[in-house]
Amino acid sequence: MRVAGKGQVDRNAPVPFRFDGQQYTGFQGDTLASALLANEVRLVGRSFKYHRPRGIFSAGSEEPNALVTTGHGADQTPNQRATMLELHKGLEARSQNAWPSLRHDMMAVNDLFAPFLGAGFYYKTFMWPRAFWERLYEPVIRRAAGLGALSGQHDVGHYDKAYAHCDLLVVGAGPAGLMAALTAARAGADVILADEDCCFGGRLLAEEEEVAGLPGRTWVAAVVAELESLPNVRLMRRTTVTGAYDQGTYGALERARPDAPTDAPLETFWRIVARGCVLASGALERPIAFADNDRPGIMMAGAVRAYLNRWGVAAGRNITIFTNNDSGHRTARDLVASGIEVAGVIDARTDVARSGDYPVFSGGQVTGTRGRLALREVEVSHAGGQQILASDCLAVSGGWNPTLHLTCHMGGRPVWNDAIAGFVPTAGAVPGMIAAGAANGAFTTAACLAEGAAAAAQALELKTTPDIPQAQDGAYDIAPLYAVPGKGRAWLDYQNDVTVKDVKQAAQENLASVEHMKRYTTQGMAPDQGKNSNVTALAVLADATGRGIPETGTTTFRPPYVPVSIASMGAGARGKGFAPQRFTTSHAASVDMGAPMIEAGLWYRPSYFPRPDEATWQDSCDREVRMVRGAVGVCDVSTLGKIDIQGPDAGAFLDLVYANMFSTLKPGRVRYGLMLREDGHVMDDGTTARLGDSHFVMTTTTAAAGQVMHHLEFVHQCVAPQMNVRFISVTEHWAQFAVAGPKARDVINALLEAPIDDATFPFMACGPVSVGGVAGRLFRISFSGEHAYEIAVPLRYGDALFRQLLAVAGAMGGGAYGMEALNVLRIEKGFITHAEIHGRVTAFDIGMGRMLSQKKDFIGKAAATRPGLTGPAREQLVGLKPVDADGVLSAGAHLFDQGAAAVSANDQGYVTSVGSSPTMGHMLGLGFLKDGRARHGEVVRLVDHLRKIETLCTVCDPVFFDPEGGRARG
Amino acid sequence: MVRLIANDPLDGLVPVQIGGVDLLAPEVGVITAIAPYDRSKTALSGALKGAHGLGFPAPNRTTGKGVTRCVWTGRCQAMLIGPTPDPALATHAALVDQSDAWAILRLQGAGALAVLGRLTPLDLRPDVFKTGHTARTELAHMMSSLTRVAAQTYDLMIMRSMVQTAVHDLTTAMRSMAALDG
Repeated sequence: MRVAGKGQVDRNAPVPFRFDGQQYTGFQGDTLASALLANEVRLVGRSFKYHRPRGIFSAGSEEPNALVTTGHGADQTPNQRATMLELHKGLEARSQNAWPSLRHDMMAVNDLFAPFLGAGFYYKTFMWPRAFWERLYEPVIRRAAGLGALSGQHDVGHYDKAYAHCDLLVVGAGPAGLMAALTAARAGADVILADEDCCFGGRLLAEEEEVAGLPGRTWVAAVVAELESLPNVRLMRRTTVTGAYDQGTYGALERARPDAPTDAPLETFWRIVARGCVLASGALERPIAFADNDRPGIMMAGAVRAYLNRWGVAAGRNITIFTNNDSGHRTARDLVASGIEVAGVIDARTDVARSGDYPVFSGGQVTGTRGRLALREVEVSHAGGQQILASDCLAVSGGWNPTLHLTCHMGGRPVWNDAIAGFVPTAGAVPGMIAAGAANGAFTTAACLAEGAAAAAQALELKTTPDIPQAQDGAYDIAPLYAVPGKGRAWLDYQNDVTVKDVKQAAQENLASVEHMKRYTTQGMAPDQGKNSNVTALAVLADATGRGIPETGTTTFRPPYVPVSIASMGAGARGKGFAPQRFTTSHAASVDMGAPMIEAGLWYRPSYFPRPDEATWQDSCDREVRMVRGAVGVCDVSTLGKIDIQGPDAGAFLDLVYANMFSTLKPGRVRYGLMLREDGHVMDDGTTARLGDSHFVMTTTTAAAGQVMHHLEFVHQCVAPQMNVRFISVTEHWAQFAVAGPKARDVINALLEAPIDDATFPFMACGPVSVGGVAGRLFRISFSGEHAYEIAVPLRYGDALFRQLLAVAGAMGGGAYGMEALNVLRIEKGFITHAEIHGRVTAFDIGMGRMLSQKKDFIGKAAATRPGLTGPAREQLVGLKPVDADGVLSAGAHLFDQGAAAVSANDQGYVTSVGSSPTMGHMLGLGFLKDGRARHGEVVRLVDHLRKIETLCTVCDPVFFDPEGGRARG
Repeated sequence: MVRLIANDPLDGLVPVQIGGVDLLAPEVGVITAIAPYDRSKTALSGALKGAHGLGFPAPNRTTGKGVTRCVWTGRCQAMLIGPTPDPALATHAALVDQSDAWAILRLQGAGALAVLGRLTPLDLRPDVFKTGHTARTELAHMMSSLTRVAAQTYDLMIMRSMVQTAVHDLTTAMRSMAALDG
């Protein structure tokens, strides 16, 4: 019910909205919760387990009951708190966890079985038969339980991530936070003030009180205006600081304004780095457990006041208040002053003076309630006897808990404070963070203002602070009461349906530690993370175990303070944002030719170049292999790592990082090199060219380019800092193309200004060349076994050179070849890739033991000679040919002796690479076989358990084609 | 004779203007990695001053201005941007042509700082990251070198192969900020 003359909503701006299909009207400035209350909608949701009818409980992000779903299809967002959802035109919200409707929920039958569904029921009930758990019980329970549902579609919303830095982060913009921000801002510090509400002011928006002789809201407006005028202040409304992390880093979730343009981010996940932090997050009012304390209409006393004073809404027409402190009376006074009937204040304290125009039942307790879908009656026992009060709203205050969650995020534990009957933060629990105001247990406005200013001054080491304005002060008078004894179910954790009885049962079953109780009962494990239930639950546990609350201790809080959508944390990381895409200069031309591109690390490389008459990729691959062997092929190899190495000690350094010798390499020549890790296993291989006396260019594999660069830096900085050598990656500077095949030199010569021949450019030569006036580099190296070159030009000419090479090669019966053909060509020659040098093999294993130089030391030398890394027990690189020409080989298959069972105990080795060779007319494989080099000619069984392949193979030398190497040299 | 036509990887991708922020490709000239050899930094700095009018930069700093700049890019490494380097510098340092290895994108405008705040974790507050300051940093999910060249102007060096992703990520952030301001 709307109350005339109260609240700060704009009564001239009506906002239509829908809830569960029904049309309602609220005002600009309403939340969904305040608008529903104004429309006297009491029932807003169903509970998690028992499907109990539930109503709005609070006025903040701690709301456990009023969770709704908005949007449809891919736009659907579940579990939104009605208390945080700002009313806006077109808002359509739906209740959750009820079927077929909120009023008539079939699953409410669970409530009848409540005696069987207490804490731990599924541990006890669904013990047998064992197999039923996974197949039957768990799926059924999961379907019955749960809150909102995801759409199952890709979220179409736009989310963002962002970073911010400041001198002081102020968490919360109530009186303490505003004063802290003002103090820091006036001192010239960079300040970020974040509050999860849409408006700054905190409790000052919800109370009728004065600050500095002005209405609280007027003082807030003046402070915010001053902060807004300062360039060193960033005001972040709708921003919840969700976590405190190392070195002054805080996570924060910012929600969009409801009227934000559609292409603005719905949520932004911030990482804020702050030199200091003032935690001014206020306090949360805590409920009292009594029988049937979960009916719609039962809510927090502070929330009832907030709805009245901020939104001009009476939460009921006839309100009863149950309290153990002065907060309940404040609610009563505000209600009476606004002309709302107060049925009575039931005060658990015995010596309460009557302070207003409403009945007071001192020494009173609520012993029960009635009303199924909405509260009707409150059953009261007090010093004068028993009474039943007709009431549609029961406002409860069991005291206030400081919102100290962030102080626990780095392992800190709060300490019990008897004066406020609550936990307060431990100073220094998060380095650089200072709690102030209600978050620190200071519950008067005057104390909040003073602590806010002092905390900012302390954080920034300021000498002076602004004058503290006059404000309400006084004592916080509370007589602890957590649970009213008696029969009936008394709820502690509304969201997870945990009752007093559940906690007592946990204690009875000796799950008496607070951590065990939490896990057994699930108290504090719902989306509200125990914000409403923690202290009360552990007070009940303390009582049940005969200990005090300080001895019982508390579970602590982990990030995030409120639920954070995965969409915001992973913002941007889908589609093109998933990973950077690296494109070669031949990309456009390759795509134009219809080549399917495959990902090689972050690179995109052509798989094959289909022709119209080819039905499958295999047809294209076979043609490309034959083309290279018979004429000439062109392939972009720019993705290989290229590292420029210069300096007087360049040769000596290469001797250190390579297993074989490089300092003896003559300028103008290239050598194949093998690089080991410190542990003696092969790290990478490639060729290195000597361009000058102290100038080399190393190539690495595509996969290990970054790793090798890192390795070189490590070796230089940590192992050989005395060597005067420098390395710079030139991978991105050069576009490099392999030209391979008997006609390779004809193609190259068609492009070079000065043609080459065997005398000027023998196998493994390198040197500068000029291509159409562009300075390039030419290397006579071969990864196909053919007479081949790699030609490099600066990247800007890559596209042009690729197209020229294809034009010339095409006229000679050649063309482009892709990764598939490249792979078959290298398997035919027994050349290794990272399929073979996968990290567990040694130079001995791949048959390159003789490359380990005896004349020098090198990284990995000592370790490579360890026992067990050489010898017949090692799995050694071999070639594999099917015994029948049409036999199928598969990579990943394992090798077994003929006649031996295909089980791991009999494992003889495994297959690393296979290809269908048009040159040899059958499939070829490379693999590792125990003592393989001594077993050439033997027949082994290849078994692929996954693909159900079994093939007899002949073991052979890994070089299938042209073992003498005449084609490459000739 | 064969003629090779040069391609610019940024062609067609920039300039882009969204919400008062411009993303463009400045005139760059030659980019040369300069890595001074042991005990050569002072001599190199002198030679650089003589040949190009700027010294070798300290870590996270740049020297020179306008079209001739030297930008620190790592341990014992900087990029000379603009002129063709004097070959005599090779006495003191390894010189490597990097003109084609990097693309330089320029982000400028009043909202440039906020756009970068979506992409890099660096503290770019104007008093902390001053004009002439530079850093190697993450840009979205790729590596970059970021330099503040003027009050509201930032140059981003990106590996050439990744420019499409860089422009995608930058324009996404620019659109996001424009929508928030709108």
